Amino acid sequence: MLIEVNMTVNGRAVSGKVEARALLVDFIRDHLRLTGTHVGCDTTQCGCCTVHVDGKAVKSCTMLAVQAKGKNVVTIEGLASADGTLHPVQEAFREHHGLQCGFCTPGMVMMGVDICRRHPNADEKTVRHELEGNICRCTGYQGIVEAIMDASAKMAGGRA
Amino acid sequence: MENFGYHAPTKIADAAQLAEANEDAKLMAGGMTLLPTLKQRLAAPSDLIDLAGIADLRGVCRDGDEIVIGAMTTHAEVHESAVLREAIAGLASLAGQIGDPAVRHRGTIGGSIANADPAADYPAGVLGHGATIVTNKRKIAADDFFLGLFETALEPGEIITGVRFPIPVWSTYQKLRHPASGYAVVGVCIVQTKTGVRVAVTGAGPSAFRMAAMEEALTKDFSVKSIEGIAVAADDLNNDIHASAAYRAHVVSVLAKRAVASR
Amino acid sequence: MGQFGIGQPVRRKEDVRLLTGKGLYTDDVHFDGQTWGVFVRSPQAHAKILSIDTSATKAAEGVVAVYLGQDLKADGVGTLITDVEFKDLSGKDMFRPKRDFLAIGRVRFVGEPVAIVIAETQAQAKAAAELVVVDYETLPAVGSTAFAASSDSPVIWEEHGSNVGIHWENRAEAEIDAHMAKAKYRASVDLVNNRVVPNPMEPRCAVAKWDADAGELTMYAPTQGGRRIQQGIAKIVLNIAADKVRILSPDVGGGFGIRGKIYPELGVVAWAARKTGRPVKWRGDRSETFVSDYHGRDQINHAELGLDENGKIVALKVWTIVNCGAYFAENGPRLPINGGGRIIPGVYDIENFYFSVRPVLSNTVPTDTYRGAGRPEANFLMERLMDAAAHATGLSRDEIRRRNVIKQEQMPYRTQMGMVIDSGDFVGNMDMAMKAADWAGFEKRRAESAKHGKLRGIGLSNFVEPSGGRPTEEMRIALTPDGKATVYAGTHSHGQGHETVWAQLLESFLGIPFEDVSLVQGDTKTAPKGSAGTFGSRSSWMGGVGLQRSAKRIVEKGTKIAANLMQTEPSAVTFDAGVFRAGTTSVTIKEVAKAAHDPKALPEGVEAGLDESYFLERDPEEFNYPNGTHVCEVEVDADLGKIEIVNYIAVDDCGFVLNPFIVHGQVYGGVAQGVGQAMTEQTVYDEDGQLVTGSFMDYGMPRAHHMAMIDALFNEVRCKTNDLGVKGAGEAGACGAPGAFVSAVCDALKEFGIRNIDMPLTPDRVWQTIQNAKAAKAA
Repeated sequence: MLIEVNMTVNGRAVSGKVEARALLVDFIRDHLRLTGTHVGCDTTQCGCCTVHVDGKAVKSCTMLAVQAKGKNVVTIEGLASADGTLHPVQEAFREHHGLQCGFCTPGMVMMGVDICRRHPNADEKTVRHELEGNICRCTGYQGIVEAIMDASAKMAGGRA
Repeated sequence: MENFGYHAPTKIADAAQLAEANEDAKLMAGGMTLLPTLKQRLAAPSDLIDLAGIADLRGVCRDGDEIVIGAMTTHAEVHESAVLREAIAGLASLAGQIGDPAVRHRGTIGGSIANADPAADYPAGVLGHGATIVTNKRKIAADDFFLGLFETALEPGEIITGVRFPIPVWSTYQKLRHPASGYAVVGVCIVQTKTGVRVAVTGAGPSAFRMAAMEEALTKDFSVKSIEGIAVAADDLNNDIHASAAYRAHVVSVLAKRAVASR
Repeated sequence: MGQFGIGQPVRRKEDVRLLTGKGLYTDDVHFDGQTWGVFVRSPQAHAKILSIDTSATKAAEGVVAVYLGQDLKADGVGTLITDVEFKDLSGKDMFRPKRDFLAIGRVRFVGEPVAIVIAETQAQAKAAAELVVVDYETLPAVGSTAFAASSDSPVIWEEHGSNVGIHWENRAEAEIDAHMAKAKYRASVDLVNNRVVPNPMEPRCAVAKWDADAGELTMYAPTQGGRRIQQGIAKIVLNIAADKVRILSPDVGGGFGIRGKIYPELGVVAWAARKTGRPVKWRGDRSETFVSDYHGRDQINHAELGLDENGKIVALKVWTIVNCGAYFAENGPRLPINGGGRIIPGVYDIENFYFSVRPVLSNTVPTDTYRGAGRPEANFLMERLMDAAAHATGLSRDEIRRRNVIKQEQMPYRTQMGMVIDSGDFVGNMDMAMKAADWAGFEKRRAESAKHGKLRGIGLSNFVEPSGGRPTEEMRIALTPDGKATVYAGTHSHGQGHETVWAQLLESFLGIPFEDVSLVQGDTKTAPKGSAGTFGSRSSWMGGVGLQRSAKRIVEKGTKIAANLMQTEPSAVTFDAGVFRAGTTSVTIKEVAKAAHDPKALPEGVEAGLDESYFLERDPEEFNYPNGTHVCEVEVDADLGKIEIVNYIAVDDCGFVLNPFIVHGQVYGGVAQGVGQAMTEQTVYDEDGQLVTGSFMDYGMPRAHHMAMIDALFNEVRCKTNDLGVKGAGEAGACGAPGAFVSAVCDALKEFGIRNIDMPLTPDRVWQTIQNAKAAKAA
């Protein structure tokens, strides 16, 4: 039996029919063909699938698509401005070499945005702790941590 | 994962009815343990009853000398609750030490204690604070709630609606994180109340337990010195590749002392 | 050099694509009519397969086909490759166990695939796979390295009669004993180099389709360059010409050495696509990563060092047992012998060196190349031995090293194993690293830490790691009429930033603007014929020099065209920064590119187009020698056994650095993998051969909070054996980190008399070691 779901994804109203067991990440990747969100594990550890649901970072591999009914979902594809201007966190990842192979990157960036929102002017210790649920095998986290600290400072400055 | 029927009741009574009508159905809170279990095909319930749509199960509020936390309140909401930080800062801190930020945005207090993972953080907090688990049928004292490995006093279909925490004089939670899972290798919750001290431990045994000897000593004299000589028996503690029983026993003692010292 | 030229910290071209979700990884590829394959894997470590019943599976909803090993064999599919050949001292060949793509008759490790179930959807295939009934007769299993080599161990390959594949020695032991006998001081170590699961973040995946009309296979899969996989699939699996197989790897989520292989799953998916006539996709779960991706490391070593009265090494003896798993994978015994064994003396001047290697077979996942592939093991061993030598002689850890490192004036230095280290400033590396780490001021910091109850330690590690990998590579540059350039690469970037670096090179070599250079990689159809791929820290050398020489050919041909345009002789034309000049006239490379595509503008005898390749071939025994010194400083919470890295200095000599921004990234990542091995990554098989650490819930991947900011510095000494002066960079971090980290922790714990702790240094292990040391002291 298929269930009708409606939600907003990257500012666009979308709908589709899914099985109850379909995960949010399946809906995003297979139904909407937004393949920037990745799947890197099956135990909710790696964070490659991180998206925002109603403004909060969640692991889309551990949420059913039907649970996102009526919610506002943002994926990596929806982060930059319509004119292509990168989000400050994306820009900081580029500036600080926060990515290598790029596979964990969408999840890292989405988590990075969440961290910046919750921790203006985040220090190194905070950022490292907050990245507990996102695994990167390439960068040693150095560029990622630097990028999030930088973006957090810039975003806080922008708000002030 | 096998398919299942999906239900999203908006009232506790409706959820209870669904659960009672179908013993193969599973209640789902945040799904942080349940969904990975289903994905790995380790369980295949016929139906999922998603509690997320029941507004009555959410929120943190003060009720006299107690803090009431709705069962479906997420770890992040508990951690950030101004009311809780004011009343029981140690519990707010505990919630912030669970999993990772994304997990804290979905995982709930009700789900955590109903699951009763031996390494989960909340059981130590619930037991340590002498909380009362409120279900749709009754009230259960924390001391009567955790029965063993993944085993609680809940009856099939019984739904936790909230947890009532008596506001203590002071409390803290200290944890040694598992290097891979982030669960507690050992977690120690120490709570000072007007009548005495409670010490609850998670991660070390098959389920959360209290340390009577430490409680007694700390009630008499709340100091590191008073528990220095208390040996923690390793006999019944968990022993695995990440931590031997002897190590866990030692860590219980170290974390307890650090918890006391942090007062 | 311009802003985007060689040597500049240019920001990466690939980033915007990857940061906005526009990467194309294998799982993002769908073919019309695609089916899903799911592998049935052995739950047993060692068992006879008595029967396999697939009747219920075949009847299940959506099932398209079920295949067993016999089905592939009957269709002419061969066995997997072990691409090494060793003989023992007596001349006897090594044992070569045969591995079928799907196990036939016997399974030898948990996770070994025995069947593939293909269905319309992945969910259907997973459900149907559970219905395959395999009747196993359990056999005794061998889970541990030491046990595999012991005489009490069950033998898992009866036909060989032993679990030891070969006993390899570089020379007769007695020759070295004579030198060892003269030693005034002796030092020895017994080490475990723990098995690690490489775990690139993109799980393995493959999607293949067969074009029956053309007789061609197209397969997407994450590889480190598809050429060898193309050839293997064509020859071993499909029995067709290699050019009828196309392997594509557009974006790849990390490699670390394990992606360059023909895995059984790749062969089975390719074969099944032809057999069913439908595209087949397989996407491995992370749990499959743990039980089917080749693992890394897994050695136990005993080593002895003899030193004279001045602390100068007179002899070195090493015995290694390496656990190769259930079968010898593609490189199997190469790693402990040619990969790492022969470079064990490392940066030290050691004339008398004996080493013995026993590669053993066990009921575990086969091991193969993982970041460094034998060299991190070799460097770790030597550095632990140097710390032991410091203790034995009473010299400091840096002094014992200073007395023994190969000096610059000794270079080119021919090692006892015949390797020629062309360049390197090993003393300078140490000076630079120790200065940056304020080694001299350490005791003050130790005292500070003690005040707040922490034990502080500092450690250092030297390393050198022969790089270059396979000795051939081909690169191609094609210019379009509008003067833009496309690089067709045989190398493959899966994080290394080649899109950026190759563009930097072309801006420097040809004066073509950085933004006008694009890269085509990861496609065997467009890759030059002689392409190999990216592994063994080889791309800057083999790809970079290949590009340099291709660019030279572009200039040579361009010179003829430019001469024609300028109505002069080619000999009168010079080229610099994108401009051909003859006297006072000049034409740009853009104009020449345009002319190259205009038959009217071409001189006689010159073919149209500006499109050149270069097939680079070097002496297979010639390598470059990245080297360095890493210093790690830690604080240990002895009550909990918890370690925190508080400072990390990496001094690397990667030769001439093409892009410091990117090379720093390689260092950071390598260090994290080295620290991960040393601190958190524990692969545990139980006695029955079950993998206990089979998910991210149990296997400790290094997280952000395990790491500290690394201060990466270059002590650049240009390589003398290649035109660019480059040395490898990818594997250096993993070579330097374990030794520096363990040395630091042991320094922190020296008050307990602790001289070594086996990796990984998890809190309970550190705590237990302290307890044991205390008990020993008390006794």
